[in-house]
Amino acid sequence: MSEVKKITVNGREVSFTDERNLLEVIRKGGIEIPTFCYHSELSIYGACRLCLVQVEGKGIMATCSTRPESGMVIQTDTREIREMRKISVELLLANHNRECPTCVRSSNCALQDIARRLGVETIRFKQMEKMVDIDHSSPSLDRDPNKCVLCGDCVRVCSEIQGIGAIDFAGRGANAKVAPAFDQNLADVECVNCGQCAAVCPTGAITPRQDRARAWEALYDPRKTVVVQVAPAVRVALGEYFGYDPGVNVAGKLVTALKTMGFKYVYDTSFAADMTIFEEATEFIDRFSNGGVLPMFTSCCPAWIKYAEIYYPEMIPNLSSCRSPQAMFGSVAKKILPEALGCKREDLVVVSIMPCTAKKYEAQLSKFSTNGQPDVDIVLTTVEVGRMINSLGIHLSELEPEAFDMPMGFATGAGVIFGASGGVMEAALRYAVEKIENKELENVDFKAVRGMDCLKEAVLNVAGQEVRIAVVHGLANAKKLIQDIRDGKSNYHFVEVMACPGGCISGAGQPIPVEKDVRKLRAQGLYNSDKGQQLQKSQDNHLVTKCYEQHLGGTPGSHEAHHRLHTAYQNRSQLFDAKIPVMRGTAAKRLPITVTICANQENCPGQLLLGMISKYVKDKNYTDLIDLDAAFSSRSEMDGTVCVSIGDRIVERADFTNAVNTEEQLRNQKSFESVKGSIDKGIQSLK
Amino acid sequence: MQETMEKTKAMVQHLAAVNRILEKNNHDPARLIPILQQVQDVYKYLSKDVISYVANSLDVPVARVYGVATFYAHFSLNPKGKHIFRLCDGTACHVKKSHGILHALYEKLKLNDDKRTTDDMMFTVELVSCLGACGLAPVVVVDEAVYGQATPAQAVKLVDDILAAANVEE
Repeated sequence: MSEVKKITVNGREVSFTDERNLLEVIRKGGIEIPTFCYHSELSIYGACRLCLVQVEGKGIMATCSTRPESGMVIQTDTREIREMRKISVELLLANHNRECPTCVRSSNCALQDIARRLGVETIRFKQMEKMVDIDHSSPSLDRDPNKCVLCGDCVRVCSEIQGIGAIDFAGRGANAKVAPAFDQNLADVECVNCGQCAAVCPTGAITPRQDRARAWEALYDPRKTVVVQVAPAVRVALGEYFGYDPGVNVAGKLVTALKTMGFKYVYDTSFAADMTIFEEATEFIDRFSNGGVLPMFTSCCPAWIKYAEIYYPEMIPNLSSCRSPQAMFGSVAKKILPEALGCKREDLVVVSIMPCTAKKYEAQLSKFSTNGQPDVDIVLTTVEVGRMINSLGIHLSELEPEAFDMPMGFATGAGVIFGASGGVMEAALRYAVEKIENKELENVDFKAVRGMDCLKEAVLNVAGQEVRIAVVHGLANAKKLIQDIRDGKSNYHFVEVMACPGGCISGAGQPIPVEKDVRKLRAQGLYNSDKGQQLQKSQDNHLVTKCYEQHLGGTPGSHEAHHRLHTAYQNRSQLFDAKIPVMRGTAAKRLPITVTICANQENCPGQLLLGMISKYVKDKNYTDLIDLDAAFSSRSEMDGTVCVSIGDRIVERADFTNAVNTEEQLRNQKSFESVKGSIDKGIQSLK
Repeated sequence: MQETMEKTKAMVQHLAAVNRILEKNNHDPARLIPILQQVQDVYKYLSKDVISYVANSLDVPVARVYGVATFYAHFSLNPKGKHIFRLCDGTACHVKKSHGILHALYEKLKLNDDKRTTDDMMFTVELVSCLGACGLAPVVVVDEAVYGQATPAQAVKLVDDILAAANVEE
C-alpha cells in the first residue's frame, strides 16, 4: 500500500496515493474540473487548457499534466481561471458548427455542457473558417470536421487502444485538422469501423452513422414484414439512455417498445450466438483434434476481422470461418422466416440492434447478401434505438416487459455473455470441453477469461490434453499478442479477440460515456443474466438443435451449415502499397485489377505477370473495361501478400510456385489460368 | 507491354532509392524527419506513394507520416520545379517591397498564388517567412544561392540566366 498523502483543494483536504495527475486527485475530491482532451485511459495531451487551477506558490497550472505533491494548496475556481476557461471555450465555439439541435450529440456533448456550466452566453468572435464537407463515406461513421475541437482523443484512441492510427493531426496552426492520411475518405483508409473515436469524441465531430430513417421507412411500409434481432450487450446499456444504472437488463421492456414501434417479431441475437458456438466450437474441436491450423481466432468481431485482413493477411487461415452471430442470424432468418411468416423474401426486412458501429459495415458486405439482397437490411445502434423509443413518447420505465419471440428468441446464458470480453471463449469452452471429455460439464464458469485485464490466459486440462487459451480486447493488445505468437513467446490453441475495450458492452453504439466502472457494471449485468437463465450451455439450446435438424443439414459443420453460417475473408494487404496506374478504361463500369510487385526484390516476377496481364487484356479487347494498377509492396515477408486482385477475387502470391522467372514458366502455371479466368468472369459480371 | 515494364521498372528503382535511405537510417521510426528530408532531397517533393511506402516500411501509420509532412513548411507534397525561388516575406523584406519581386516573377513565369510551379517543371516560386538575413532585405534565394537587396528586374534576369544556361546545355 502506498503512503497516503494530502493536498488542500478549495480549503478542504483531499488524500491521494498514486494517482497519475492532479486532475484525478481533484476529481476524487468531488470537484468536476472541465476537460476536453483528457481521457483517463489515454495518454495525457494537455491541449485544451480547461483543467487549469491555481497552485499556491506556483501559479496557474494544467492539472492533467501536473503531478500531485503532498502539501499543495489549490484553488479550482478564481476569477482569472474562470475568465481563461470561458475565453478558451468561446474561441472553440467561434469556429464550431453550432447547429446543435440537429446534431447527433445534442444534449450529450462536452462542449455544450461546458459552455453551459461556464456560463458562455455570447460569442464575440466571428466564424473565420469555411465550412468543409462532411465525410459520409464510411458505412459506420460520419466525420464532420466543422465540429472538431482538435482535442485529439480520437487520434489517441485509434493509435493507443486500437494500434491503428487511421486518423491523425495534419497541417499546422490555423490549418490544423484531424484527418485520415492525404485527407482521404474514412472508407478508403485502414479504419476498421470500431467507432471508438466516436465514443471518445467530446462533440459531434465523429458520430455513428444514423440509419433510423431507413428503419422508420421499413416500419411504415405496409408491404414489409419487419423483424428485429437484439444483440446481448444492448440490453445492459440501453437503460442508461433512460436513466437506469449501467448493467440493468432492460431486454423485456425493449421487446415491448419494439413491438409498439411496429416490429412484427423481436428475436434475440443470443440465439444466433448459441448457433455460433455450435459451429465455432465444432470447428475448434476439429482443428484441435485433427491437426488443423492453430491458434484459432474467434471471428465474431467485424472490426477485428478487418484489422486482421489488413495487417495480418497471413493469419487469415487462423481465423475461424464462422460468420458472426449477426450474420448467422441474418442468413438463417432470410432462409426460414419468409415461409414461416408467410411473406416474400424481398418483403422481409431484418433489422439488428447492435452495440457496435462495425456491424453496420459488416452487414453491407456483399458476401453477406443473396442475389443483391443483404441478409441484414438495417443495423441500428443501441443509442439509435433509444432515440427511436424516445421519439414515440413512451417511457421505458412504465412498459410491461415482454418475452422474445420464438424460435429465434430463445437463448442460453452462453449466448448472452457474448457481449463481454471473454464471453465467446467461455461459451465455446462450455461446449468444447463437454464434447471433448464426452461427459456433462458440471462447473460452467470459466472465470479466468472474465474481467477487464488486457490479456487473459488460461491452460485447461481437457481429457488429459492441454488446451491453451487467451482472450484480448483492444486491437493494440491483439497486435502485441500476435507479435508474441510470431516471436514464439506465446503459444495458444484458441484466442478470442474483441476490438473494443471490455468487449461489445463498450461498443461505439452504446450510450456515452463509457468509463471503466460502467464497463464492469455492464459486464456484470450480462453475467447476472447468464446465472438467471435456465440453461447455461449453448448445446442445451434445443431450438438451435431443431433449427439444424430442419434447415441446416442436421449437425454443426454439415455442408448446408457451412454454406449458410461460414464465410471467407479478404486479403487486404494491397491497401497500403504505393500504386501506379498502368491502364485506365473509359467505360462507366470497370473492373479493377491490381498486381503486386515486390519493391525489395530486383527482378520480381510480378513485373512479368503485370506485362502478361496487360497483354491478355489487350488481346481480349478488354482495355476499355479495365483499370490496371501496379502496387509496390514494402512487406518483408511474402507470406500473405496478394499477388493479383481482380475485383473481389484474389490470387495470393503463395499460389504461384517459387522460382518463376520467365514468361514461359508463368504462362504454364495453373494460377495464371485462374487469373485469366477471373478476368473473364469479372468482365462478364460488369455486363 | 514494353511501356508498362519501363514504368514499373522506374518505380522499382525509385523505391530502391527510398529503401537505401531507409537502410541508412536503420528503419528507425524515430528518424522519420531525417528520412523524409533525405527522400525529398532526391525527389524535390514527397509523393503520396513515397509517404505510404516510408510509413509502411517503418511500421508507422500513414496518417502520422502525412501529419509530419504537412506540419513542417520544409516538406512539400506537390512536385516542385528544377529551380526553386524562395522569396523572403518576413517583416523586413515585406517592408522593403518583396511583393514587387514576387509579382515580377509571377508575371515572368505566368504563375499565381495557387499555381507556383511552371508547367515545364523548370521553376517554383515560394514565399517564406524569414530567412534570417533581414540586413540584406529584400532577399531571394535561388536554389542554394542567396541574393540580397534584390530588385524585380534582377529576379527576372536570374530567370533569364537560368534559361540561357539550360539552352546552352542542350
